[in-house]
Amino acid sequence: MMQSVAIPPFEHFYEQHRTDVLRLLRRRVGSERAEDAFQETFLRALQAYRRLEHGDHLRAWVLTIAGNVAIDTLRRTRPQSELLETGADDDRPAFEELAPMTDGLPPKERAAVVLRYGYDLPYDQIAAALGSSEEAARQAASTGVRRLRRRSQ
Amino acid sequence: MTVSPDLDRRFREAATTMGLVDMGFDVVDSPVGPLFVAASERGLAAISFDPEPDAQLERLARIAGPRVLRSPRSVDGARRELDQYFSGRRQAFDLTLDLRALPPFTVSVLQELARVPYGETTTYGALAARVGRPRAARAVGTVMNRNRIPIVLPCHRVVGSSGDLVGYAGGLDRKVKLLQLEGATL
Repeated sequence: MMQSVAIPPFEHFYEQHRTDVLRLLRRRVGSERAEDAFQETFLRALQAYRRLEHGDHLRAWVLTIAGNVAIDTLRRTRPQSELLETGADDDRPAFEELAPMTDGLPPKERAAVVLRYGYDLPYDQIAAALGSSEEAARQAASTGVRRLRRRSQ
Repeated sequence: MTVSPDLDRRFREAATTMGLVDMGFDVVDSPVGPLFVAASERGLAAISFDPEPDAQLERLARIAGPRVLRSPRSVDGARRELDQYFSGRRQAFDLTLDLRALPPFTVSVLQELARVPYGETTTYGALAARVGRPRAARAVGTVMNRNRIPIVLPCHRVVGSSGDLVGYAGGLDRKVKLLQLEGATL
């Protein structure tokens, strides 16, 4: 078993990931609402940070939170017509629904499954989030899904 | 696509206001150079003459928890009193202190240290005697050397029994400067 990474002081975590979080949020909710969503993302991360048990996959973790915040932001404002162009994105399953399903998967597979099927991220971005190769990300997602199928049989 | 200073500031303020920060820190300017200052909700926890935060954050996280964040607001109280001290308008600090994770002997020495008046000096031996360990002058010296909250806990007022300054974790120059500021006779 590989040793888990220690949890870094939040300042280091924040400095390391804030640019990527903002980039993801601008793409998902537009630059106008990205700033509020950015703040919400890191406040949620702060709330959960004390309960983390290790520092593995923090990038995937915070991007998952950002994805949740983006969904909430879009839901709140869905009736506005300006959002119709992104409307198709809104029906993807929220992490809340996917979370109990993927509970118990190895962390990397779980992150890959959630980012792929929860947030519809392309594999190159999942790879970046996991800090691995695109091939490894694809592998992790497909192994995770196979594991879930076996479990549901 | 960088995070603007304004957005960054708003996040840090919100985090502090919501009580989500285990330890906030900032760098405070002073006549003895920039000071790294850290405070939790319990009180002032650290002052360092090394303003570079990176070296300190892991240590603070071990004391207070991993949510260590630069937060000017967290150290506002300390900044105000330090400014007053350095401009000669304050002789005693009214700050509550966070002395978590320090051994009992260290805490009792620091509590005695806090009673050494502005502008006066005492010796390592005298301080040892006051905590009931008259032969522990050397151990008191070690506590001074590792003092987490210099200036506010005035280890610069502790000198050798022959009156020589001995040493200072922040450098002897700073010890001299602090004592001169207080008008102590050297």
